Amino acid sequence: MSGHHTLGARDLTLGYGAAPIVEELSLTVPRGKVTTIVGANACGKSTLLRGLARLLRPAAGQVLLDGRSIHDLPTRQVARVMGLLPQSPVAPDGLTVVDLVGRGRSPHQGWFRQWSAADETAVATALEATGTLDLAHRTVDELSGGQRQRVWIAMALAQETDVLLLDEPTTFLDVAHQVDVLDLLADLNQRRGTTVVAVLHDLNLAARYSDHMVALLAGRVVAAGPPRAVVTEATVGDVFGMRCTVIDDPVAGTPLVIPLGRKQAGPAASRAVAAGARA
Amino acid sequence: MSVLLDRPAALVRSVHRARRRRVRRTVAALTVAVLAMFLVDVLLGTYTVTMPDFLRILGGTEIPGASFIVMENKLPRAVVGLLAGAAFGVSGAVCQTLLRNPLASPDVIGVTSGASAAAVLGIVVLGVRGQGVSWLALAGGLLVALTLHVMARGGGASCHRLVLVGIGCAALLQAVTSYLLTRSDIRTASEVMVWLNGSLNDSTWERAAHLLLATGLLLPVAAHLAHGLRGLELGDDAAAGLGVPVARVRLGLLLLAVALAAVATAATGPVAFVAFLSGPIARRLLGGAVSLPAAGLVGALVVLAAELVAANLVPGAVLPVGVVTGALGAPFLLWLLVTGSRVGRGG
Repeated sequence: MSGHHTLGARDLTLGYGAAPIVEELSLTVPRGKVTTIVGANACGKSTLLRGLARLLRPAAGQVLLDGRSIHDLPTRQVARVMGLLPQSPVAPDGLTVVDLVGRGRSPHQGWFRQWSAADETAVATALEATGTLDLAHRTVDELSGGQRQRVWIAMALAQETDVLLLDEPTTFLDVAHQVDVLDLLADLNQRRGTTVVAVLHDLNLAARYSDHMVALLAGRVVAAGPPRAVVTEATVGDVFGMRCTVIDDPVAGTPLVIPLGRKQAGPAASRAVAAGARA
Repeated sequence: MSVLLDRPAALVRSVHRARRRRVRRTVAALTVAVLAMFLVDVLLGTYTVTMPDFLRILGGTEIPGASFIVMENKLPRAVVGLLAGAAFGVSGAVCQTLLRNPLASPDVIGVTSGASAAAVLGIVVLGVRGQGVSWLALAGGLLVALTLHVMARGGGASCHRLVLVGIGCAALLQAVTSYLLTRSDIRTASEVMVWLNGSLNDSTWERAAHLLLATGLLLPVAAHLAHGLRGLELGDDAAAGLGVPVARVRLGLLLLAVALAAVATAATGPVAFVAFLSGPIARRLLGGAVSLPAAGLVGALVVLAAELVAANLVPGAVLPVGVVTGALGAPFLLWLLVTGSRVGRGG
């Protein structure tokens, strides 16, 4: 469980209809690191993640898992290596937390290998890691948004995969729960060496928690690398079409984006930009 | 629960086992209820047969009067009712779960209407009889399913749209059936009546054997695909992430549900609302995940119970069983529509 598997894309073109959303994109996900995909709305970041997760068949190019095209591999075999937390999963009414998290074990089960002690241990470990053990007997529909998201992450953890893909895991959560979820992913990455790939909305949280960032604009990679190389005034200006200044995060030391809206574009903002430029 | 918090695996085991126990007990209780209702249907009624007599008849002893009624009327009726109910129940639960909408059962979205319309067309216009009618029913059901599949795909695979289109199809096909009925002579019309309401009155051993063969082939397929269905309950993306081949399993389940509904319709006509009721009732009994065995048993129980009422409600007349299930199902449909905020979770 220490980052043996590699994931990447080569000349990948993805789309739902005629117009491609992601075009001839190549990317290597660093093994055993936290990678985040950022970009403006509708830039193709969720499409790219869905492509990497083999949910979309490429119009051209390939997604490569351990150097082999992911669509050539049996999907169950992929599910033992790579887990996925989709954007809006649904749990049927009345399903208990243990039941839901237990479904993460299904790629490891079969006709002749039903529920086992190993499954119990995996589910218990996943519940512990996400701090949801005390919810074990509750039903998913009676949980709060933050608890529910943790339980879904627990399901992905119970799958015991080397690579974990998450599509906007912090959406609809308040800021404290966002930090909670990202701390959880950072722990997972550090303790188990899990390769984490997440689509995130919040640039500053992405910069703080990532080892590697990929910035997309109109379905193409405009910058990729460590947060300091990606989160720059120029790149943020290109990707989001927004003027900003970038300072050091006083807590983590990672880049912190301060947006410059029109409202603040007075003398104070100019001074801030000038100070930023000097720094 | 809290005493187990320091032993996580034991806690998980206890919750998991409690859940399994509940499923096993519910399925066992339903099995007993179905068998009891089966016996009640066969033994009681205007002509009552005692249990010892019934066993002697099964053993081959000829009892004047009783033997004929049991062997040629009551037993085949009950067998057809049991199998058709189970087929409707599983078909409904699969459809509702697959489309994540309790309204999306084959009898609401026009699959059974398609089967009836095709059967009536065959009888009235083409003069088909016997097994050919069943094949036509199957083809009609599949044709409706295919139409829905194509139309829903055009609109971005929205489940609500599919249900609405299906309700439209059902209304249209029922109109076709009624029209064909008015065109037919009185003897054919009475033969066709079964395709309007659903009835066990024409059940024969031949029909029971066909149904047994069809369900015997289809239900194991359902058991095989149930694993994928449990994945799909969490959404297509989550299912794919868990290694379920989504497109293949969806298609397989859809064909299975349509085939089950169509073979049951071929045997009994469209017994109203059995497919629609079974999934939600089974889910309510189990609290939680879909269980196809439970849905099938509920379907069988509903048909057998409705048959008991239908056979004894009006003295001297045997109502079609679909009249009773319709009277039960319609209020439930209204209740679902009124408590609409919960719609969208699937049966």
